[in-house]
Amino acid sequence: MSMVMNPATNETAQPESALRFDLAAIARWVQPEERVLDLGCGDGALLAYLSATKRVVGYGIENDVNRVIACLDRGVNVIQSNLDQGLAGFEDGFFDRVIMSQALQAMHNTQGILHEMLRVGREAVVSFPNFAFWKHRKSILEGRMPVSESLPHQWFNTPNIRFFTVADFTTLCDLLDIEILEWMGFDDQHQPLPPDADLNFLATLAIARLARR
Amino acid sequence: MAVRSVGVVSPQRMVFDEPLRLKSGGVLPRYELVYETYGELNAAKTNAVLVCHALSGSHHVAGYYEDDPKNIGWWDNFVGPGKPLDTRKFFVIGVNNLGGCYGSTGPKSIDPETGEPYGSRFPFVTVEDWVEAQARLADRLGISEFAAVIGGSLGGMQALSWALQYPERVRHVLAIATAPKLSAQNIAFNEVARQAILTDPDFHGGDYYRYGVVPKRGLMLARMIGHITYLSDDAMAEKFGRALKHGAFRYSYDVEFEIESYLRYQGEKFSRYFDANTYLLTTRALDYYDPAAEYGGDLAQAFARAQARFFVLSFSTDWRFSPARSREIVSALVHSEKPVSYLEIESKAGHDSFLLEHPHYHAAVRAYLNQVAV
Repeated sequence: MSMVMNPATNETAQPESALRFDLAAIARWVQPEERVLDLGCGDGALLAYLSATKRVVGYGIENDVNRVIACLDRGVNVIQSNLDQGLAGFEDGFFDRVIMSQALQAMHNTQGILHEMLRVGREAVVSFPNFAFWKHRKSILEGRMPVSESLPHQWFNTPNIRFFTVADFTTLCDLLDIEILEWMGFDDQHQPLPPDADLNFLATLAIARLARR
Repeated sequence: MAVRSVGVVSPQRMVFDEPLRLKSGGVLPRYELVYETYGELNAAKTNAVLVCHALSGSHHVAGYYEDDPKNIGWWDNFVGPGKPLDTRKFFVIGVNNLGGCYGSTGPKSIDPETGEPYGSRFPFVTVEDWVEAQARLADRLGISEFAAVIGGSLGGMQALSWALQYPERVRHVLAIATAPKLSAQNIAFNEVARQAILTDPDFHGGDYYRYGVVPKRGLMLARMIGHITYLSDDAMAEKFGRALKHGAFRYSYDVEFEIESYLRYQGEKFSRYFDANTYLLTTRALDYYDPAAEYGGDLAQAFARAQARFFVLSFSTDWRFSPARSREIVSALVHSEKPVSYLEIESKAGHDSFLLEHPHYHAAVRAYLNQVAV
């Protein structure tokens, strides 16, 4: 795997601090020269960072044409595709890591995509807003749907269609024979929570590293 | 700076005396290529971009001729100052392919051996042969490496072939509305088009020049069939629907529906300027193209030697070279760990979309080419 991802671009490596905090956390799990697939890669910030700093062979999947164009503009490999239709065209076990950051809650075919991620990848990384974060619970107790940095939309305009918690996700993984190798959680100040913290209560954003059991 | 035309252009001609051995086994002992260039080649000669044309295209990609200002290049909306392929940054070359009818050596050129047009004696040419000839032109222009090779449809096949035939000579490939090989349906359409020409009484086995005629009806039919496949069902419905030429049926085989009028007009126009032998040769080059064939059909293996980065584009309503065909290319490139991006443009215009202005299409190409280092 000698290929460098951006040989023809003049892209200089951005510092980790310039990455969104959850992407920076995900990047720390990626090993040099891995083959990485980033599902719902947005403007390609994570892949640009990973290719510049870890020489990964990376591809992003993005459905929105304007975000695809943003990726092209920064020299990130991006393949336009609708994730709800799965990852047809990608071989079993081709990738070392398949990442989906803050997109699972907007997918129809939740189980399908988790299955697909661990079909084409050795490991998967999923980040999602934790609906059971204590401030969200408080909001519900007060009779209102939670609106926060991790759930920024109103009930009537949210792109999110699946509302779930760290505990719910753990149950689903069990059901699908997926092993959760590691958790990371962040509070609403973007601070990482200690490994033994009750993430279901304290995390506004949770990131799980997954493998097939 | 505003987007504008490259302005007045003039074709150039290069003569090649070194014989070209063709994939078919034929040889062209001597040949000429006509080409046009736009923009300036930089001192390091690192900013050259080759534009490959499709079935009926030519070297006249952009701009217009001083003595014929209405003759605007076939991809003028794409190539020019401030356009997606920006001639302020890139030195762009368009070449008429061998076997063509716009000035490069082709069936209507004089065969030096007989003093008559080649006609039926013109050898079969393939996509690979075209790339070989283009490479020789690049040599003569002092271009050892292209920043990018770009093409749509059959032009996209040439762009892909460049990455395989001369991996070290192309840094980026833009393959637009193309396919890794023709399907049976594609070949079937080509065959009907060819039969229309081959069975025209004025075809004379390909040597019609000597009788002072052209197989006009055949060529017209071929073009009509082609046009049906370039448009989408939706575009045709929208543009023509069942609109009548005369408001009411006349119960005749003359034009009743507007779509008939359109096809006849397009076919007739084409048959006035295009050479039937070129049409035959070019559709055959399409049929023959299959870079995976020598790897047992394994396209990923065929791409293994490529060193370029790829950008593959398709159009949602293109059924001649559908998005699924482009995705085959993308899958094979990913399989062999090549850098590739892919975008399917939502467009109503079918295969023709690649020639039209579309904001997302042009913005995407612009963004991609923006990060190409020169």
